[in-house]
Amino acid sequence: MAVTDTLNKGLRKIPAWLIYVVGAAYAVWEFWRALNQIGPYLVEPINVLERAYGEVALILMVVGLMVTPLRQWVGLNLLKFRRAIGVTAFFFVLAHFLVFAILDVQSLERVWTEIVKRPYVTVGMLSFVMLIPLAVTSNNLSVRKLGAATWRKLHKLTYPAAVLGALHYLWLVKGFQIEPIIYLVVIIALVATRYVAIPRKRQTAPS
Amino acid sequence: VGLGAIGLAGRASAQGLEPNTLEEITSYNNFYEFGTGKGDPAANAHKLVTSPWSIKVDGMVDRPGDYALDDLLAGLSVEDRLYRFRCVEAWSMVIPWNGIELADILNKVGVQSGARYVAFETVVQPENMIGVQRRVLDFPYVEGLRIDEAMHPLTIMATGIYDEPIYNQNGAPIRLVVPWKYGFKSIKSIVRITLQEDEPPTSWNKANPREYGFYSNVNPNVDHPRWSQATERRIGGGLFAARQDTLMFNGYPEVASLYEGMDLTRFY
Repeated sequence: MAVTDTLNKGLRKIPAWLIYVVGAAYAVWEFWRALNQIGPYLVEPINVLERAYGEVALILMVVGLMVTPLRQWVGLNLLKFRRAIGVTAFFFVLAHFLVFAILDVQSLERVWTEIVKRPYVTVGMLSFVMLIPLAVTSNNLSVRKLGAATWRKLHKLTYPAAVLGALHYLWLVKGFQIEPIIYLVVIIALVATRYVAIPRKRQTAPS
Repeated sequence: VGLGAIGLAGRASAQGLEPNTLEEITSYNNFYEFGTGKGDPAANAHKLVTSPWSIKVDGMVDRPGDYALDDLLAGLSVEDRLYRFRCVEAWSMVIPWNGIELADILNKVGVQSGARYVAFETVVQPENMIGVQRRVLDFPYVEGLRIDEAMHPLTIMATGIYDEPIYNQNGAPIRLVVPWKYGFKSIKSIVRITLQEDEPPTSWNKANPREYGFYSNVNPNVDHPRWSQATERRIGGGLFAARQDTLMFNGYPEVASLYEGMDLTRFY
């Protein structure tokens, strides 16, 4: 209790926009390393960059989905960062898609063929498309215009988008690989917490 | 045989084949026994114990046995072969191999008349192979060729790259190279060669028969369910490398006669 209080107090001092700054800086840093073929980008920078952006997007989706359960069960309040986490996740999905389309596949026609013909690309694309309205409405004006209830309903699209993102990863790897399975299991578990009744931690405990 | 090698190399350079650097060839690999990341084999394969090395030759051969590697290769000529190498993941390299024609090795052990296929097996050293511990595939890795594919002069057993002993991550101390097939057919770190009558099981076919067939010839007209095979990216072009068209049989049309009359969409 004392620990989460201290943490919450400290977190209040951190501005949410820092997440955009760090996210953008990281994306540029990875691109710069890919361009100069440094480290993991030494031999084949295109696929490595594509995967790096995709993986950050998945990690951010997991973190975004953890905000509510962390608040309910641990009392850790990350709510004010959630929008920035979600929007940054969207930008990494967008960057992932752009690397795929422009640097990897290199033609609109082939991009379309890939989306239609390859189920793992189809589900990845579906996830991306679901995230677009969420990114567009991630501002206070949209919350007011849509009304809180409608806005919340719309933003439940996060759940299928995250599951499809993890499925996309699992589907594209070869053989039995543990990492994508972990992402999928964690994301499904986090989504499940929304639908399974679990005793909540009291928010207004007297101190 | 030497003239043939010069001929092949000469034709390759006439086609403008520029070999990839040793650094590229030795740091971007698929060798799932050492992990699934492209850099994992380079990071982990130093654990592979390659000396002493022996190869069990069995099945329908006149002189079966456990051969020390040097004994098996003694008296056979090592040739330089500059080959395209095309991965099923739609990337490719050009690699200057040093190796022995598989036909020379098979003739040395004496193939019996009933043998129609050659089966190969990769070493398993569980304590040294992180991918084996994680059961990424059903190990040992196994592969196979039809006997006419195995005897084709393009098919070699490579022991070197750029006149250096082959690196562990590339399949030390000896691996198969079949340049007109997807890379996973070119099985690494071989410890067993079996001549047999029946088509042998192959690892990727066992793992996913819908996606990987026995033949796995490079074919731009037959897509892998998850990757288009029409184009490929040559490793080494950097972040803005253009794709190039994939060639039928990876640009080795001389093997087409091996598959005459076969429906290559069925026998993929």
